This record gives sequence, C-alpha cells and structure tokens, in this order.
Amino acid sequence: MAGLLLLLTLFILYPLLRVLFVAVSDGQGLTLRYLLNFFDRPLFREALVNSLGAGGLAVAFGSLLGVPLAYFSVRYQFRGKLVLQTLGVLPLVIPPFVGAVALQLILGRSGMVNLLLLRWFGTSVPFMEGLTGVILVQTLHYFPFIMLNTAVSLANIDPSLEEMAQNLGSHGWRLFRRVTLPLMLPGYVAGCLLTFIRVIDDLGTPLMLNYTKLLAPQAYLRITTIGIDDVDGYVVCVILVVLSLVSLWAARKYLGLSEYATVQRGTTGAEIGRPIRGMKLAVVLLISAGMLGISLLPHLGILVLSLSRIWSFSLLPTIYTLGNYEEILFRTPHFVKNTLLYALLAAGVDIVLGAIIAWLLLRGRVFGRNLLDAIATMPLAIPGVVLAVGYLRVFHGWDVPGLGGPLTGSWVILVIAYAMRRLPYTVRASYAALQQIHVSLEEAAQNLGANQVRTFWKVTFPLMVGGLVAGGLISFMTSAVELSSTIMLVPRIEMGPIAYGIYVYMQSAVGRGPGAALGVVAILLVGLCTYLTNRIFAGRSGSAFRV
Amino acid sequence: MGKRFGETWAVRAVSLSIRVGEFYTFLGPSGCGKTTLLRMIAGFAAPDEGSVWLDGEVVNALPPWKRDVGMVFQSYAIWPHMTVFENVAFGLRERRVSRADIERQVGEALRMVNLEGMEGRRPSQLSGGQQQRVALARTLVVQPRVLLLDEPLSNLDARLRAQMRIELLKLQRDLGITTIYVTHDQEEALALSTRIAVMSAGSVIQEGTPREIYEAPRERFVAEFVGASNLLGGAVRQATGDTLTVTTDLGVEVRAARPSAAAPEGGRILLTVRPEAMDLLPPGEPADHRNRLEGRVVASAFQGAAIQYEVEVSETLLRASVTNPKGKRLFQRGDLVAVVFAPEDVGIVPEEPRAESREPSVVRSGQD
Ligand SMILES: Nc1ncnc2c1ncn2[C@@H]1O[C@H](COP(=O)(O)OP(=O)(O)O)[C@@H](O)[C@H]1O
Ligand SMILES: [Mg+2]
Repeated sequence: MAGLLLLLTLFILYPLLRVLFVAVSDGQGLTLRYLLNFFDRPLFREALVNSLGAGGLAVAFGSLLGVPLAYFSVRYQFRGKLVLQTLGVLPLVIPPFVGAVALQLILGRSGMVNLLLLRWFGTSVPFMEGLTGVILVQTLHYFPFIMLNTAVSLANIDPSLEEMAQNLGSHGWRLFRRVTLPLMLPGYVAGCLLTFIRVIDDLGTPLMLNYTKLLAPQAYLRITTIGIDDVDGYVVCVILVVLSLVSLWAARKYLGLSEYATVQRGTTGAEIGRPIRGMKLAVVLLISAGMLGISLLPHLGILVLSLSRIWSFSLLPTIYTLGNYEEILFRTPHFVKNTLLYALLAAGVDIVLGAIIAWLLLRGRVFGRNLLDAIATMPLAIPGVVLAVGYLRVFHGWDVPGLGGPLTGSWVILVIAYAMRRLPYTVRASYAALQQIHVSLEEAAQNLGANQVRTFWKVTFPLMVGGLVAGGLISFMTSAVELSSTIMLVPRIEMGPIAYGIYVYMQSAVGRGPGAALGVVAILLVGLCTYLTNRIFAGRSGSAFRV
Repeated sequence: MGKRFGETWAVRAVSLSIRVGEFYTFLGPSGCGKTTLLRMIAGFAAPDEGSVWLDGEVVNALPPWKRDVGMVFQSYAIWPHMTVFENVAFGLRERRVSRADIERQVGEALRMVNLEGMEGRRPSQLSGGQQQRVALARTLVVQPRVLLLDEPLSNLDARLRAQMRIELLKLQRDLGITTIYVTHDQEEALALSTRIAVMSAGSVIQEGTPREIYEAPRERFVAEFVGASNLLGGAVRQATGDTLTVTTDLGVEVRAARPSAAAPEGGRILLTVRPEAMDLLPPGEPADHRNRLEGRVVASAFQGAAIQYEVEVSETLLRASVTNPKGKRLFQRGDLVAVVFAPEDVGIVPEEPRAESREPSVVRSGQD
C-alpha cells in the first residue's frame, strides 16, 4: 500500500506539483504574479478563449450528431440498426491527428471538395482553416462519446416510466421534454464533459493543422522552443489542469447527484425499440447514413492516401503504390515495433496496478483509500502535455543507475507516461468487475476451507479476468495512439512510436504517404482492440468509451 | 381479444364484459398473460385480434394518452427526477388544470393515500409502500374512467401487503371507480374482487364471484390454483337426487352432495376437496354421515391458526388443514388416522379440461 502510494505520488502527483510550483514561485518565494500575468497577455487570453470555444463548439456540434443517432439506435427498430451502432464507434478508432491529415485532403484548401467547388462554382470554402478545422476534426472524432453515453442512458430508462406518462395523457415532444430528456441527461452530460476535456487536452490536431492559438499547443511551443525553464509554459499547463479538473469534478458531482437513471427497471412487456417503416424509416436511414458518411470520411481519406504516391491538387491520387507500406514495414519498422512494445508494457503495468488498486479500494480496510482513489483517478484530468512537462522537469537531472543516464533519455519514460495516463481505465474496469463479485462468493470459498490466496486465485481472479483484460485493451489501444505527451518525451527519433512517426512523416510532402500508412496501422490496431473489448463486454457496443 | 408474440399467443380468445363500478380481477400464475391483457386495455399493446370497448366505444385506434384509463405499474414507475408533488401533479398539468386547482387536488390525493406532508420528498427517499401510494395517488388524481392495477402489492412485505389490501378495498369502494386488478395471489383476489377471471396460458378458464370461484370450481386448474384442492379421480356409480356416489381410484366410495350435469353414471370425474374441509379423527372414532378415508400421517406442521397434515391414503397424498386446533389432538408422523369430510364439501370437475377453454371459440389469424 505504502509502496503503491509512493509510486503513484512519484509519477503522478509529484510532477504535477512541480509544474504548479514553478508557475507560482519566482526564486525567492511564492507568487501569483506569473499566473495573473497570463491574463494580461493577449495571445494567452486568445488561446484560453479559443480552447474554451473549441471545447464548447465540439460539444455542441457533437450533440447535433450524437443525440439523434443515439435516439435512433435505442428507440427504433429497423434493419441496419446494427450497422449504425457499429459504425458509430469507428470515428474513435482513428487518432484525431490522423483524421486531421485525412480531412485536409478531402476538405482542405486544395482538397477534393474544394477542387470540385472551384471547378463548378469558382469558389472554395475554408473548412479546414485555423480554428474551424480544429473544431471540425474534433467534432467528428469525439461525437461518439456523446452518442454512446447518451444511448446507454436512454437504454437504461425503465420503459414503464414513459408509459406511465403516456397513460396520464402525455406524448410526443412533451413526453420527451418532461420525462425522457431529464432521465437521459446524466449520460448525455457525461459524454459532453468527456468530450470537452479531451478537446482541450488535444495537442496533435492543432499541431497537424498548424494552428497554435490554443492552450495545449501554447504550452508545447513554450517549452520546446523557449526552453524547459520558461515559466509561461508552466503557467499555461496550470490553466489546462484547472480546466480539466473543474470539468471532471463537475462531471462526477453531476453524475453522483443523478444516479437515478438506473435505479429501477420494472418487468413490463414493453417492446424495446419501436418498429418504424415508410417515410419515418426513410428519414431515419437518410440522416444516419449522412452523418455516418461524414464521420467516416477521414478513414477513407487516410486509406487512399496510404496507397498513393502522388496526390496533390487533384481529386484522387494520380499514382497508386504499395511503397508506403514497404517503407514503414521494412525501412522504418521501429515505429510499429516500438508502439507494440511500449503499449503492451504500459497495459501490463496498468492491469497489475489496476487490479491491486481496485482490490484495495473495495476489499481493503486500509488507511488512505480516498487518497489512493483520488490519485488514481487524477490522470483523467491531467493533459498529456502537462504530465510530459512535469516529467521533463522532475526526471531531467536524475541519472538512473541501470539506464546509464536520466529517465528522460530512455524510452522507459514513455512507458511510464502511458501507464500512468491510462491507469484510470484499468482501475475502473477492475473496480466494476470486482464490484459485481459479491463478497459472499469469496466467503463461501473461505468457508469451505480455501485460504485468502487460494480464494483470490480460484474465485476472485477468474471472475475479474474479463474486466482486467478489457481495461488492459483500452489502455493498450489508447497508449498506442497517444501523441500529446509522446511528442515531448521521445528522446530520439528511432525510439518513437507510431504516433510520433506519423507526426514526423507528415512534416514533409514526401512523408505523407508513409505517414498515412502508419495511420492505417494505427486504425487497425485500435479497431481490433475495440472489437475485442466489445466482445468481452458481450456486445454492448462501445463499452470501451463510456464514462 | 388475442395477442401474440412471434408464434406464441400470450392472450387468446379472451372475451370479458366488466361493469361500471366493479372490482374485477385477473387471477393466474406468472406468465399467463395478465399483464398483456392489461396493456391492451391501456393501449400499450395492440391486440392482434378483437377490440376493446370503453363506454360503448371501440378504442383500439386511440393511443394510450387519449384513453383516460389509469394504470398503476407493477414497478410503480415513479419518476425519479421529480418530487412527490411533481409526480402526482403530472397528469393534471397534462390536462392544463390551473395552478391553484393542481395544488388543491394533489393535496387531496395525497391525503387520500395518507401521504400528506410528503410533497417535497424525492422518490429515492420513499419506502416501497410509500412509492406505491404515490403511484396510486398519481393515477387517481386525474379521475380516470377505469383504474388498472398490475400486481400492485407484490413488491411489498407481508405485513404491508395485508394493510394495503384493506386500504385499497376501502378506497375503491369509497370512490366507486371501475377497477381491473391483476394478481397471482388468490387471497388478494378473493378478498378484494366483485368478480374474478381465473386465467391460464392466455385464456380465461372460469369467471365468477369470489365465492363461486372458491366454492364451485368448474375446472381442475381452478380447483388446484385457487385453494389448492385435493383431487381424487373416480367413476360415478350412482346419481340419485342431489347425491352422487363415486367409486374413487383409492378403492373407497365417496359421496358428493352436489348434482352435476357433467356426471352421468359410469363416467369418469375428478372430486375436489379443500384441505380445510377435512378433519382428522383417531382410526376408531365414528364419522357420522361424513366420508371417511383411512390413512397414515406423513407430515404435520403446527402453524398457529391451523395444523397442516399430509396423510397418505393408498399411496395418494392428501393435504388436510385442521383449523382452530386449540384443544384438538395433534397427530404425529406415523399415526394411523381417519380423514373425514362432509358430502357438501365435495366438488366435481371434469377429468379433462372442458372443450371451450381448450379450443378458443374465436380464432382469426393471419391478420397483423
Ligand atoms: N414484449 C414481449 N415479447 C415477447 N413475449 C412477451 C412479451 N411480453 C410478454 N411476453 C410473453 O407473453 C406471456 C404473457 O406475459 P405476461 O402478460 O407478462 O404474463 P403475466 O403478467 O401473467 O405474468 C409470457 O409468456 C411472456 O413471456
Ligand atoms: Mg405480469
């Protein structure tokens, strides 16, 4: 327990506190000067407003996409519903910065759509310029969070609650507003806040689109261009953490207050999902197909790009090739190899730590449980940039005996960063699994003569293993495409994982093909893990991405 | 009416006429189609055949929100995001009742179910019994034409159930509201109803007043399900006047004092005897004019108000419930006894289900 707390403190809490400390001290003592200065700088003020605006707009547009799709997929019965549910998760499978590249090709200044617009109407639309592009990419990437969480909330509403309202004379829009909407709100709000946190935290998308007037890129640029000692970088980090923490806190508070959605489920003969036909079916199918079509554009774009040798100022590539895959699989195989190694190690660490922490939280009777819970949840609200800055600050000077240099000079730092950032996933997955194992199951085993260790291995562990594997898979796949902290922590280019490889390749025109090929590999990896996770969670589509 | 899910009929060929002001009960085991029938009346399920008539009008085409048929769900369906007041006021708001009237009527409704002062509570702060009352008040406050209750007491503990049963009875009789009640508990059905329809596998087996159902079951299923009768197979030896003499499969003759059209001499029938109609005597004691079967006690359980016995008579187990046992002799396992019962307490049902309840009289299929 003490060791565990020490470990988490060293790699989560301490770096964070160091960042905070740098931001509020000036060599002699504590000061709020730098923090207050932040608000005097037009650039920073603009970045703050932009970040909040991007988060808010991504949530708003994401709701427009996600809520109708959630409603269709839960409340209506029609052919193609399964397709809708499956495809609805796919946007999450593509790392947002990869999606950014793909969307450039389709919607960018000289992308497919604008070329057509120019040809036909002699005009173009700046979809991908500046903040618009960032919001567009993030909306398309994150709306499934809103859709999935809303859908779960909707599906959990006891049908008799709505039937009762109908029985008392309510129907249509009034029924929705007075009963359905308030009951599905918890899931919806959770999805929105999750989206908001991720958007603010996202570094890769703005960097790919070359738009830096946001908080995350500002922090990154300060530290990488001006240096590790630039106070302003730390100040931006503190602002980022505060925003995330407040959002997370609000989410928890709200969900804690309104955990009623699943309180009761009666046994009625209500049929799940109303069959629809005719005009209504046509409208539902049209809307769904349209929305999914748009949200799957990035996948298509990146696939075509990965197969092209030359694709610029033309609707489609002019020359196709498999050379890009040859490049990444044979000439620079280390990107894929590194990714597998780091993400696997991180997932392993997370599984072990997650199981232990969940066990301590639920079954342990030890001092410091709340602290443990708080620290283990915290990474959800720590932007990758901030953690990376903290690591650079803390571990830069220390030579670790076995490594022959500081931690920050070795790839191990990446594994640690991934493991810490994704720890909440495995903690929660194991916690949920363990929670469903009633203590009496363990007590029954002990009553029949099994000691604690045997009880754990014979009863608890087998029952938990599904949750552990699922948590591990989520940890693995999200680590595999992590860019925010990777980009700052990679010691040398040959130690970089896929995400870093994509970033590096995309800096040059000739690198776009291989970069896209790496993107396809990333999509496949994440897609496979999503599929496996959903299989483990018995087909409850998208369980991996819920709050 | 009929309703089918896929290939199986949940309700089939049910035809009932329920009078204004009645307390009418659907009684049957779990899964026999009671809820489905209720949901068709409320408009939540469309019948595959037949129609619902309300006040002389076919309402099949009316959606639930236009039927004015109040339903209390088995799960209560209390909205967790509203206070008690808001829950009860919901239907009134839908009916655009003025604010002042809502205040007054909700207050009255809550008083009626003994919940005054609870207006501001959240559903999560209510006990099961209180939720039940809120559900009842919420439906009653809009004064629906019919009140539908789906196993309203099944989620309560035994003591609360008994109390709510009485309150429900008083409330319904005071308000005079036409009520359709669903339960699998025969005691509830007998205590509350003006009439009962006993259901099995989607069909109504017998319809009648509680006394008719209990005292004169016309089907084997009713005899067994309501009151757990002992059943004795046999052949009619003699039918004279109001007495029937039956040679039972136990080899003993039993007299039944109830003439039955369906019992020609020589025909096979089933005799039904309630456990509480049976008494136990020591083997030698005279039984007067009563029927008498000799056997051996297999089990006895003292339950306060009664003693339950299982007696083996020629390899058949009979259940006897000796009521008001104070001062009576307590027989032990292994004792030889005589089971005695009066001819008036013997009922007769056909050995096989009657044709009309096995084969629905109206079968129209193929329409969707
Ligand atoms: N929505 C449904 N879909 C399929 N079968 C159903 C549905 N509702 C009820 N049933 C079936 O219809 C039969 C009657 O159910 P129900 O009316 O709920 O019985 P009861 O209320 O008497 O317990 C049961 O066999 C049940 O499984
Ligand atoms: Mg039922």
